Amino acid sequence: MTSEPAHMNPARSFQGLILTLQRYWAEQGCVILQPYDMEVGAGTFHPATTLRALGPKPWRAAYVQPSRRPKDGRYGENPNRLQHYYQFQVILKPNPPNLQELYLGSLKAIGIDTAVHDVRFVEDDWESPTLGAWGLGWECWCDGMEVSQFTYFQQVAGFECSPVAGELTYGLERLAMYLQGVESIYDLNFNGLEGDQKVTYGDVFLQAEQEYSRHNFEHADTEMLFRHFRDAELACRKYLEAGEPKEGSNDSRHLMALPAYDQCIKASHMFNLLDARGVISVTERQSYILRVRELAKACGAAWLKTEGGGVAA
Amino acid sequence: MPDLLLELFSEEIPARMQRRAAEDLKKLVTDALVERGFLYEGAQAFATPRRLALAVMGLPVKGQDVREERKGPRVGSPDAAIQGFLKGAGLASIDQARIESDPKKGEFYVAVIEKPGRATADVLAEILPQIIRNFPWPKSMRWGAASKDSGSLRWVRPLQSILCTFGPETEDPEIVRFEVDGIASGDVTYGHRFLAPDPIRVRRFDDYVPALERAKVVLDADRRKDMILHDAKDLAFAQGLELVEDEGLLEEVAGLVEWPVVLMGSFDEAFLDIPPEVIRTTIRANQKCFVLRDPATGKLANRFLLTSNLIASDGGRTIVSGNERVVRARLSDAKFFWETDQRVKLEERLEKLKSIVFHEKLGTQYERVERIAALAKEIAPYVGADPALAGRAARLAKADLVTEMVGEFPELQGLMGRYYATLQGENPSVAAAIEEHYKPLGPSDRVPADPVSVAVALADKIDTLVGFWAIDEKPTGSKDPYALRRAALGVIRLVIDNSLRVRLLPAFAVGSRQLKVTDAASETGDDLLSFFADRLKVYLRDQGARHDLIDAVFALGAGSAEGTTGSENAQDDLLMIVRRVEALGRFLDTEDGANLLAGYRRAANILRIEEKKDGRAYDEVPDLQIVNDHGLIEEKALAVVLHQAREETAAAVESEDFEGAMRALSRLRQPVDSFFDKVTVNAEDPAVRANRLRLLNSIREATRTVADFSRIEG
Repeated sequence: MTSEPAHMNPARSFQGLILTLQRYWAEQGCVILQPYDMEVGAGTFHPATTLRALGPKPWRAAYVQPSRRPKDGRYGENPNRLQHYYQFQVILKPNPPNLQELYLGSLKAIGIDTAVHDVRFVEDDWESPTLGAWGLGWECWCDGMEVSQFTYFQQVAGFECSPVAGELTYGLERLAMYLQGVESIYDLNFNGLEGDQKVTYGDVFLQAEQEYSRHNFEHADTEMLFRHFRDAELACRKYLEAGEPKEGSNDSRHLMALPAYDQCIKASHMFNLLDARGVISVTERQSYILRVRELAKACGAAWLKTEGGGVAA
Repeated sequence: MPDLLLELFSEEIPARMQRRAAEDLKKLVTDALVERGFLYEGAQAFATPRRLALAVMGLPVKGQDVREERKGPRVGSPDAAIQGFLKGAGLASIDQARIESDPKKGEFYVAVIEKPGRATADVLAEILPQIIRNFPWPKSMRWGAASKDSGSLRWVRPLQSILCTFGPETEDPEIVRFEVDGIASGDVTYGHRFLAPDPIRVRRFDDYVPALERAKVVLDADRRKDMILHDAKDLAFAQGLELVEDEGLLEEVAGLVEWPVVLMGSFDEAFLDIPPEVIRTTIRANQKCFVLRDPATGKLANRFLLTSNLIASDGGRTIVSGNERVVRARLSDAKFFWETDQRVKLEERLEKLKSIVFHEKLGTQYERVERIAALAKEIAPYVGADPALAGRAARLAKADLVTEMVGEFPELQGLMGRYYATLQGENPSVAAAIEEHYKPLGPSDRVPADPVSVAVALADKIDTLVGFWAIDEKPTGSKDPYALRRAALGVIRLVIDNSLRVRLLPAFAVGSRQLKVTDAASETGDDLLSFFADRLKVYLRDQGARHDLIDAVFALGAGSAEGTTGSENAQDDLLMIVRRVEALGRFLDTEDGANLLAGYRRAANILRIEEKKDGRAYDEVPDLQIVNDHGLIEEKALAVVLHQAREETAAAVESEDFEGAMRALSRLRQPVDSFFDKVTVNAEDPAVRANRLRLLNSIREATRTVADFSRIEG
């Protein structure tokens, strides 16, 4: 192994942490993808996880995904909460029998030595009502802090996962704070350099947190968001219908599962923004979640009729 | 006698499921063995985060030989019958069957089938895979490549390996060979995930336990608990502190480690300004750590105890500092919530309750608060509370639901309201009621005594009950999603423990009137009251009261005693019912009571027979003229005493003096005894006979003023 330059050390550099994880999972045979180019609430929404978890085909991928949780914005004033943050996502389908060991290996790679750190797997069942997905697994603790989510997907988009995929989600900022020993997200060293050249997380994102908090809580155009939600919902249905295999054709594949799923993602984000603006009542909330779930299920069904979902070309 | 050792090694099992799973494993395996005729001397089951283990001691090497005789057809039966018999009994030819004779049937064939007992190990290899496949985990999952097939093994988390040996103490045990979804049983296990991960070869339970100990695994959860508790107390003592014990947390923590190492951390003293319950809840819920207090003052100390799963090479320094960071962040959040919450007065939060739906059909929390406030004011005078204070407390009672703190820690509802109310200068009774109106939460929870708390607690529960009754969401069987039985028991305990006189039906009526449910049926009150009657019976039985006495009092029921109907005379005064049951019990324990009961029974028996014979009832008032003209002295005496006793008993009941009522009744005993001694009921003169039957009826009626004696047993 070649020795790392100091500014790439995951204990000193946020980007060093990301790059170390990418390299580690690349060695486990993962394709290293780039973030999905849409606003999502969690790394799971990336089609590389949601859709690829469905169907029989083996799949290994890892990627960073910016995640938007409009409600979690704190105008940049809370040292632990952000409305935009990074998740590092790994999916291995089927999960290899030694996935726990592989995970512990990744911790070792970023400098968490299990001779001095207390790493624990604490029960945490995962469920995404909007995606119609659930799985069993743990939150992974390091010295009492939750650093990752570890889930064996049982169902996605209302369909049984066969085979089951193992999913790992690392909360990158929190992990980096622990590794770097800082008390505020904004103090994280982003590029690992010192002095004039040092760029902090705050340099990159503080202004964004302030601006988006204003937007999410005060100014987001709710009328437009409601409209966009309806539009996305309609478009999703429309694309799903248009992509259905033609009657009488030899080709039984669905032709537009992915574009339809984009609209499902969009609807979900619109809902999150509306929720943050406080314009969705408790009872309505449930029905919006249900509407997104119906889209996710329909997209999952379509995906299972594509090549990626296991249908022969 | 040989022993069985079974270990199911898996990825981390949720702490809350471990104990139950060990018990289930023991029961399933031993039941399956006993069912097949294999008795054993003892069995023990264990669980750690990564394994379930079972040791069954003193099993036989093989099962009992079984000899079975099977009767066949008569000698000389058609060949088809003979062939069928041979096939069924597994015989090659009819020569192998014995011939027996019977005086009725004549000669017939008998097959003797001898089955040698099967080797225990073979039987185990057959039953264990089934038990593993059908294990009753509360939640289970599929995993890995095998999960592409439907019907693949489900386990709580991926099952990694199976160890199974069987054999006598003196020899090397053998592996009980079987396979479950590609996992073959063997004699290997693994130690602590980080401290001793290498495979360990195991022969039997006796070397399994010490081998695990050497590999830093404490198999027995109770021992892990003892270790944690002992170390925690020691560490606390060394700092002059005291552990705040928490059995639930201890049980959970013991399920999160295979090798417990207790370490102490601390936090900034400034956090001690936060209410201690908040600190404890934060540290417990998020960090699964224990808190400590100063034994001198009883106040929380700025220390906590964590239980790690590691003998760390740096003595735990890194672990402690990591945990301290998290505790610091959590307490900062809590402090922030605590301070922010204080900036908004509770009454200013009410508006927000409008957006919280209590139940789709029962409106928002805001509407509910309005109803509870109105009801609390109505109830207040009956429980000795100031209606204005009760109303105020009820209005503020749910305001803390929209505070940051309760949003984060729902279990602090009520308590936070009390803190914030106190800080904003509310009357102490109002503040207390905000916390206490949820109480009592179960049969062992404390019952509030402050009248304001009682008024709001009753209003809260009655509103809930009346509401769910109105929308027909009553408990059925074991289903009680809204905890309505608990609410009713709460009302009962509030009333009885505080000796309160509260008529339930009027309270139900006030509650019902406020509901916006259009089809709130008028019979809600009576139906709910009978639900209360059932709950009260359960409550009294739990308190040790005789169920027949409870029935005897309840049988008087709605208006039956005086012939009125409807709710006018209903038993909706819980305290009076309880007093009556108590007084009746004491009365029956006296000699007078026991004899009167005997006299009552004699009268009731005669009446039943004669009324049946005559096809009519003798429920008219006895004709005193006939008694005077024809009666014996004992008959006259009874008539006079009966008349007096009835009036006195009724008057005593009217003034709720149940002891007095029983005393009045007890005066009947002597005349009733004498009457039966001297007087023949079935007199020759039909008029005299009829009148005597009416006298007996009067005895029955007199006792009905206090209870239905026919329900009393023994």
